[in-house]
Amino acid sequence: MIRWLFAILGGLVLGGIVHLVSVLALPRVATKDAYSRLAPITNVNAVAQLPAAEPRNALLPFQDPAFATAVCRYDLSSGPLKFSVPVSQAYTSVSFYTRNEVAYYAINDRSAGRRIIELDLMTPEQRAELPEDEEITAADRLIIESPTPTGLIIIKALAAEPDLMPQARASLMAATCRPQSDQASR
Amino acid sequence: MRLIFISLIALAIATAVGLGMTWTTSTRGVSFDAVSIGAWKAWPKTGTADIDPYARAAVARSGELPIGSGDGVAFLARNDEKGRPLDGRCDIAVSGITPAARFWTLTLYDTQGQLVSNSLQRYGFTSQEIVRNADGSFEIRIAPRSRTGNWLPTGGLDRYLLMMRLYDTPVGVSTRSQRDAPMPAITTVGCP
Repeated sequence: MIRWLFAILGGLVLGGIVHLVSVLALPRVATKDAYSRLAPITNVNAVAQLPAAEPRNALLPFQDPAFATAVCRYDLSSGPLKFSVPVSQAYTSVSFYTRNEVAYYAINDRSAGRRIIELDLMTPEQRAELPEDEEITAADRLIIESPTPTGLIIIKALAAEPDLMPQARASLMAATCRPQSDQASR
Repeated sequence: MRLIFISLIALAIATAVGLGMTWTTSTRGVSFDAVSIGAWKAWPKTGTADIDPYARAAVARSGELPIGSGDGVAFLARNDEKGRPLDGRCDIAVSGITPAARFWTLTLYDTQGQLVSNSLQRYGFTSQEIVRNADGSFEIRIAPRSRTGNWLPTGGLDRYLLMMRLYDTPVGVSTRSQRDAPMPAITTVGCP
C-alpha cells in the first residue's frame, strides 16, 4: 500500500517538474509560432506586406483588421540593420519581437516625433563594437538592441475607416529594412 | 519486478500530470498579472520583455504576436458583466466610455482568434467610426440581425470573443481598477 502511495506522490512531484520544463521549452520547440508562420511569406532583411486578415483564414490569430501590416524578418548575424518607415496620416507603429515572440520594444509615430521613423537595430555585441565617435553622432539616431540575433519587426498603419485602407497600405510600401553594410559598400 | 511496475506507474502519472498541466495553461492561459476591469481582462506585461513563462508558452502555441506596450494594450472579454458567455445568437450591448487613448478598436473573433465572416465584411469598429451620444458615450449593438446605430454582426456564431485595443494609451502595467481605466460595460440585452 505504502509503495503505491510513493508511486503516486513521486509521480505528482515528477509531473510538476515535467510541467515546468515543458512550459519553458515550449517557445523553443513550437513549430506554428508567429515567426514560423511568417517565414514562408517573407525574405530575410526585407519588408513584406502581410495579407489582410480574412475570416477563418488569417495567417496569425488576433490580427487587428483596422490595420495594414508589414513585416521585416531580420537576421543580424551579418551586421546591424537600418530600418525606416514614413509615418502615415493616422497612426503608425513599429514593434520588435525576438525569435520567440517577446515584444521587447515598440514605438509609434508620436513617440518618434518625426515624419519618418528611422532606427538602427543591432545586437548588444555590435553596439559595444561601435566606435566612440559614432556613439556621439548616434545622438540623433535611435539605436535598438535586439536580445536575439533573429526576430521580427512588425509595422502597422491604421485605417480608421475601411475606405482608408489603400492609403495605409501605401504608406507601408515605403518601409525599408536592410543591412547597414549595404550602404557602407556603396 | 514489482518495483519496475510501480516506477512505470509513477512515470505515467508524471507524464500525464505534467503535460496535461502544460496543455491546459498554454491553451486557456493563466491569470498572472491580469488586470480585470468589469468583463474585460488585459495582460499588459505580455507586451513587454517581462512577459511570464506561461504567457510566452501560450503565445508560442497560438501563433499570435502580442501587442507591444509602446504600441497599446489589448483587453479581452469572453463573458458579459454577469459572467454569461458571449453568445452570437443574442443581442449584446457594449456601452459607456473608454479609457484615455489616442484611439481604440473593437474586434469580434471566434474562440480561435479568427475573424467571423458576414455579408457587411464588418469585423469591428474603430473609435473614429462609431456614432456617439451628445456626452461622448456610445453603445455598440452586437447581434445576428441588423440593428440601428453601431451594429456589429455576429454571423450567428454561438461563442465569440471581443477584443478592445487601446492604442497610444497611459493604460498599462500600472493600471489596477475601473477608476484608472473606465472600460465600457458588456450586457446581454436579450436572447431569442
